[in-house]
Amino acid sequence: MDEFTLSRIFINLVIATRWTIILSLIAFVGGGLVGALIALMRISSNKLLSRISWLYIEFFQGTPLLLQLFLAFFGFSVVTGINLSPLVAAAIALTAYTSAFLGDIWRGSIQAVPRGQWQAASAIGFGYFDQLKLIILPQAVRLAIAPTVGFLVQVIKGTSLASIIGFTELSRAASLINNVTLQSLLIFGLAGLIYFALCYPLSTWSQRLEKKLAYK
Amino acid sequence: MTSLQPDLNGASTATLEKSPIIVAKNVEKTYDNGFNVLKGVSLTVNKGEVVVLMGPSGSGKSTFIRTFNGLEPYQKGSIEIDGTPISHGKKGIELVRREVGMVFQQFNLFPHLTILKNITIGPIKLRGLSKAEAEQVAMELLERVGIAHQAEKYPGQLSGGQQQRVAIARALAMKPKVMLFDEPTSALDPEMVREVLDVMRSLAESGMTMVCVTHEVGFAREVADRIIFLTEGSLIADTTPDQFFNNPKEERLKTFLSQILH
Ligand SMILES: Nc1ncnc2c1ncn2[C@@H]1O[C@H](COP(=O)(O)OP(=O)(O)OP(=O)(O)O)[C@@H](O)[C@H]1O
Ligand SMILES: [Mg+2]
Repeated sequence: MDEFTLSRIFINLVIATRWTIILSLIAFVGGGLVGALIALMRISSNKLLSRISWLYIEFFQGTPLLLQLFLAFFGFSVVTGINLSPLVAAAIALTAYTSAFLGDIWRGSIQAVPRGQWQAASAIGFGYFDQLKLIILPQAVRLAIAPTVGFLVQVIKGTSLASIIGFTELSRAASLINNVTLQSLLIFGLAGLIYFALCYPLSTWSQRLEKKLAYK
Repeated sequence: MTSLQPDLNGASTATLEKSPIIVAKNVEKTYDNGFNVLKGVSLTVNKGEVVVLMGPSGSGKSTFIRTFNGLEPYQKGSIEIDGTPISHGKKGIELVRREVGMVFQQFNLFPHLTILKNITIGPIKLRGLSKAEAEQVAMELLERVGIAHQAEKYPGQLSGGQQQRVAIARALAMKPKVMLFDEPTSALDPEMVREVLDVMRSLAESGMTMVCVTHEVGFAREVADRIIFLTEGSLIADTTPDQFFNNPKEERLKTFLSQILH
């Protein structure tokens, strides 16, 4: 039987971390793009668009990510007869979940910009999208940084749920190795350190960005 | 002088020709909650005129003045700015808005932009000026309102009076045909009121057409060509400052004056 040396444990964890990173990136990019759309729909004066995005947010915020993963992986094939690969299913569920939260965070940030800013921008003669782009969003971004990054850290940790549909990402790898070696403290300690190494730079980067964008 | 000065001859020719630039007819507005805030208000402002709008709190002054640049929707009546109809939500309204400068009680400068950029952003994006041209115009305007040395600062670093003067410069940079002021000095500490009124006074002298909601009696007496009085959504007086203050006819106006003139 193989000896699980410290370095082998570590290497296996790092290899599994690649899935944690890939799933996180998918969630960030997909969730960011869809989330931006959801936020814009939510603040739109069009009642229908606003209503749809409200429902979307309520649904995906109000159900567990685990359930969304099940729905995407098993539910989809039941309804359509097409089997989604775990990666596609995870991408869909993570995108939906992340976009609902980011959409809501960004809506809140946009609406936190005082109404007088919209009025001043339109009094100058800017149209809706210019007002948004030149005046409102630059101010909203500043407000959104901290909650956005805070949520992305949750997403990184949340990707561990994807193990349920077959991904051997960091948490699952740790638990598999632990089953063989029974060196719980060491293994889960290492896994914890790796999570920390992924999340900590995000947090410090967000703090630096907030400082940089602070008004004089 | 350069073209950024509003038409210097405006004042004298306007009194001769009386060419209307704001024409509001029977403007009626009811808020969503059913409150009938404007009950058919009509007003014609001629080129170069300075009109001061007074009235008790809640009489609809802000609502009325904000219909002039389409910030406030109205249900009935019509408003024309220099012959172009304007109403909220109408296509092309941005084009009319460029012609109407507005100064708010709360300044509403853009906090993420420097003073200079606050002023140049409109002319660059909407009037097609180059950055250099826009900055030159902006610096001349800042000179005129007395804060050229603050150009690189951010709004948060300026006093209220300075911010309001920047807000006036920002509106002027679009070379509007008309300037609207909604209680521009009400949010200011008393010692800063004067500096803003001085800028408004010199703007009036340069021939700019102005509609000002203000309770500054001194300014109204000395600068206004006409004072109009709005109460409960109706215009009940439209007269000269002299008549307005020294010979008021309407009971409600007398009551109002006794309150503000203590
Ligand atoms: N969005 C709104 N919905 C309902 N009522 C409103 C709304 N905005 C203003 N009002 C009401 O309309 C009336 C007129 O408001 P407006 O702001 O035009 O008055 P004003 O003459 O400018 O008063 P002030 O001197 O206090 O600035 C007020 O009674 C106000 O409560
Ligand atoms: Mg008001």
